[in-house]
Amino acid sequence: MPVKSIDKDPANLTMVVTAEFDAPVESVWQMWENPRQLERWWGPPTYPATFVEHDLSPGGHMSYYMTGPDGDRPRGWWRVIEVDAPKLLVFDDGFADEDGTPNPEMPTTTTRVTLHERETGQTVMKIETTFPSLEAMEEMAAMGMEEGLRSAVDQIDNLLSGVRSSG
Amino acid sequence: MTWVPLASDPDELVPCPLATGRELELMYNHMVVDLLDERRTDELFHALADATRRDILKRAIDGDHSVSALANAYPMSFAAVQKHVAVLERAGLVTKRRSGRRQLVKTDIETVRTASGLLDEIEEIWRQRIDQLDETLAEPVEGESDARQEH
Repeated sequence: MPVKSIDKDPANLTMVVTAEFDAPVESVWQMWENPRQLERWWGPPTYPATFVEHDLSPGGHMSYYMTGPDGDRPRGWWRVIEVDAPKLLVFDDGFADEDGTPNPEMPTTTTRVTLHERETGQTVMKIETTFPSLEAMEEMAAMGMEEGLRSAVDQIDNLLSGVRSSG
Repeated sequence: MTWVPLASDPDELVPCPLATGRELELMYNHMVVDLLDERRTDELFHALADATRRDILKRAIDGDHSVSALANAYPMSFAAVQKHVAVLERAGLVTKRRSGRRQLVKTDIETVRTASGLLDEIEEIWRQRIDQLDETLAEPVEGESDARQEH
């Protein structure tokens, strides 16, 4: 399992995902730098992504759409803030109108990706996502609803059983 | 909307999350509209960030606990527990109602579910992305597969 840990901090609206891949750091960086590779994993299986603009340099703009099972095409964008290949990438991402124009009324998320190759050859990737508001989380979560929905009752049970012992 | 009994109190019905996609969407949109208020958002996450307050939410699910009964459960003053309950109430996580001389506290399941569910949804998105990234990594890059075979 590549995912090593996920730390969610509801109070600060952040989430940190740590994953480890059995590949050198350059290969993992290519997953971000090569748009054809990126679009193979960015969207859910039922909503594969297509990047129509891809400029992985500071200030660079990315534009993509996802194709849904009913032919719907939600669009998104990235604005690259910081790049230090092959170990650092910081970008804002958000949603766009039908013609690909960033929608200023929709929330944006800031994502910070750091890559680090172990001496044993595996690459550790850390992704820190910061949500400006619950609204942004709502939007992002809604994008994944079709695929990742789990029982909400289980979620409550998990939340509540986690604190049962401290009471 | 499908309704199912709550595990901790079978007499209590809660909306079933395994409803149809359309029902879920409607429910979800309703929650979005309900929660978009920025100030309320801050209050919600601030309220959930405290272990005592999360524990109060657990105890108050059945709605039978008064503030004093809750206060007895913690090594802190009545006033301190009352304050925690007030924070939860402002965030919409609990409601209070009078029953004789007692103030009964009840957890609002829907609000709890919204906040905890959101981060879980997003976790699921990233888990899926990383699994797909891992699969893509394991495959040879297009056009380079031949070159890799050479010695």
